[in-house]
Amino acid sequence: MKLKELESHLQQVDVFEEPKILLEQYPTSPHIAACMLYTIQSTFEDIEGKLVADLGCGCGVLSIGAAMLDAGFCVGFDVDNDALNTFRRNAEEFEITNVDLVQCDLCSLEVDAYAKKFDTVIMNPPFGTKHNQGMDMKFLRAALTMAKTSVYSLHKTSTRQHIQKKANDWGVKMEVLAELRYDLPASYKFHKKKSRTTDESPLLRHLQVLLKTSTSNLSVRPKADPRTEITT
Amino acid sequence: MKLLTHNMLTSHVKGVTNGYPLLIKATEVKVNEVDFNPQFVSRMIPKLEWSTLVQASDSWCELIPDYDKNEEFLKKVHRVLLEVEVIEGCLKCPESGREFPISRGIPNMLLNEDEV
Repeated sequence: MKLKELESHLQQVDVFEEPKILLEQYPTSPHIAACMLYTIQSTFEDIEGKLVADLGCGCGVLSIGAAMLDAGFCVGFDVDNDALNTFRRNAEEFEITNVDLVQCDLCSLEVDAYAKKFDTVIMNPPFGTKHNQGMDMKFLRAALTMAKTSVYSLHKTSTRQHIQKKANDWGVKMEVLAELRYDLPASYKFHKKKSRTTDESPLLRHLQVLLKTSTSNLSVRPKADPRTEITT
Repeated sequence: MKLLTHNMLTSHVKGVTNGYPLLIKATEVKVNEVDFNPQFVSRMIPKLEWSTLVQASDSWCELIPDYDKNEEFLKKVHRVLLEVEVIEGCLKCPESGREFPISRGIPNMLLNEDEV
């Protein structure tokens, strides 16, 4: 499947009906999701035929994209029942059969029970901006335990150095795959639609980086993609 | 909830030392058609707790040597791992007896405050 095709499919994925601010619920844009997943597969071959986990899956855009790129099986984990139900409906509509959903709290999960069970972990975790500081690092720690090979995650650009330091402490390799700028008009439209929320969409405030952290030693440099202004 | 996922799930209620495997009590089960990927199934087999799968699927089944070359066997495993789905029911912790509900195919592993 080509990148454009994947992105166009992901545009049809339903998003949060009533995003919960305290859970930092916002959809990963179809463009970002498509570029991220496409890179993971075309450069690192970490999706096709693999057992994938999507932590903080929300409405499932990353998992559904992974399934479309022929992941062997993808399990989405999220704490919110409403989001998971939307994900489930999305999977039914797209006739995606190789996904599964689990409702759980990653903060109180005994991650060691899932150690190295998944080939790859993909995620767009909460940043920790809503009275839940450090949440992104908790997710990253959990992901690194659960993944056999690599974790691909989106984080605030401003936390990059902090994450690098933690990666060093944990003895894992970290690579910045892309620096992403959101398509502002689209996110502004999203912000306008949900006029009930008084909180500014995080998309407007934070730039994000796509990181690959891994316990393996493989390293391949991806090519620059001008559409997402990737800097490597 | 598919049995591949069930194979991984454990109970982490406070104080429980062995919350695996979770006992499945299903009230509604569906069998879907899922694309068969023999390499994927073959790769998953060594990662599985085989006895858990046998118990959960309530069917045979001896793990044969050279399974990676036996397509018929892999198809059977594929069906049980990915095509059988528990839609309604619950998962019971083998130690504490605590029941985790499964609703619309989604197991709810959230713990109450006093269980964490």
